[in-house]
Amino acid sequence: MRKFILSFWCMLSLCVIGMAQGHEGHDHSHDHGDHAHGTEAHDGHAQGGDHGGCFHHEEQFNPGNVAFHHISDQNVYSIGPLQLPLPVMVYAQNGGWDFFSSGKFHPDGHGVGEYAYNKYVLFEGMIHRVADESFPGGHINLGPHNVGEKEIDGRKRVFVCYGGNQYEALYKSTADGGLFGGGITNFYDFSLTKNVVSMFLVFFLLGWMFIGIARAYKKREGQAPSGLQSFIEPIFVFIQDEVAKPFLGHKWETYLPYLMALFFGILGLNLFGQIPFLGNANVTGNLAFTAVLAIFTFLVVNLSGNKHYWEHTLWMPGVPAWLKIFILTPVEILGLFIKPLTLMLRLFANITAGHMVLVIFVGLIFVFAQGNWGGVLGTSIGSGLLTIFMMSIELLVAFIQAFVFTILTASYIGAATEEAHH
Amino acid sequence: MTGLAALGMGLAVIGAGLGIGNIGSKAMESIARQPEAVGDIRSNMILMAALVEGAALIAIVMCYLVA
Repeated sequence: MRKFILSFWCMLSLCVIGMAQGHEGHDHSHDHGDHAHGTEAHDGHAQGGDHGGCFHHEEQFNPGNVAFHHISDQNVYSIGPLQLPLPVMVYAQNGGWDFFSSGKFHPDGHGVGEYAYNKYVLFEGMIHRVADESFPGGHINLGPHNVGEKEIDGRKRVFVCYGGNQYEALYKSTADGGLFGGGITNFYDFSLTKNVVSMFLVFFLLGWMFIGIARAYKKREGQAPSGLQSFIEPIFVFIQDEVAKPFLGHKWETYLPYLMALFFGILGLNLFGQIPFLGNANVTGNLAFTAVLAIFTFLVVNLSGNKHYWEHTLWMPGVPAWLKIFILTPVEILGLFIKPLTLMLRLFANITAGHMVLVIFVGLIFVFAQGNWGGVLGTSIGSGLLTIFMMSIELLVAFIQAFVFTILTASYIGAATEEAHH
Repeated sequence: MTGLAALGMGLAVIGAGLGIGNIGSKAMESIARQPEAVGDIRSNMILMAALVEGAALIAIVMCYLVA
């Protein structure tokens, strides 16, 4: 165990130092680009093609920005310096459907595409669409660093430089109305993004695991469990005995599959997101994903609610009518929606916060060690240790959040299906 | 406005911290008094902590929205 931790720590610090060096190199080339851009602008033909480009990001390292970039969903799967392309399926209101690979953007190390394809560009791993009609379609070479963002009226907007002009590129449409970036724009993204791909990976892995375990139970009936069976069985029995049976009474068997699917699905995704250097997909830290889980719980709870549940929600017996009309019933109806809302937010916030803290701890290296090797070494040891500490806490959080989601769902279902005993 | 919202987030966290700390301390105490009930106490403790956390999370998201 100690050897494992030691080797893991060595690997981590090496990678971190490697990244630090990479960043220095990058900054240099940015400086270069800046200079080139300056002279080009003076000459009057600001065509950012050969080198440079009209955007130079991060004059100063901003850990908050980097953290937000790393927890967001992306159209490329980046593992270290590799940018694995993913399939893109997009629909634009005035452009129709487009199916292509995100490798067509030729993303650089920061996930900024050097090519545009049918008006789509890639910025920090996320697909954007140029709204302007005059921007040409097809596969266009923009050159490096020609997609960037500017802050206008306190909101960050993405711009594309092409042919001496700047075109605004819009983020994909999102259902949250722009709460976490985006809003209602002119195109929809149905791509297999990083989150979707990791979700499928985890679900296939879980399916394979559980089918194998189920087979093993049939084959080895009456014998002691072996292999994966003996790893999963205690967890399964724990959820069954500590969550399902006490909260659901005699109906526990009906709801057990749903509770188990929730628990192992969330746990698997939480743990998959924790694996270092494997893309760190933040699936359970995605509001859309947790919203879908919460909607399922809302439906299961309210569709299985019995007469007493609805009576106690809408018209509580034994309470004066005016109190029911003005206070109790409105509060209870609000409560129906607040319960799944908090389920959604709790999982999202816990997992997102964990991922952000990790990125910020690694980011401390770039804040404190600007180019000098002693500083790089010192801070990478310090924040490497901090990161390992946080990761072990996150391991705990992964289990606790999966457990909390399951136990709260069980208690809501239990409250909705409880028989009257008065 | 952003500063005020950040202050609000901090206040929400203080409230949640007090609540969860209380739950934790009482749970520890009751486990010490009755070690055989550790399983029941632990799952109820996590349930209560989750409920307290939920209220704080709503406050934090509200702060995020006004910021």
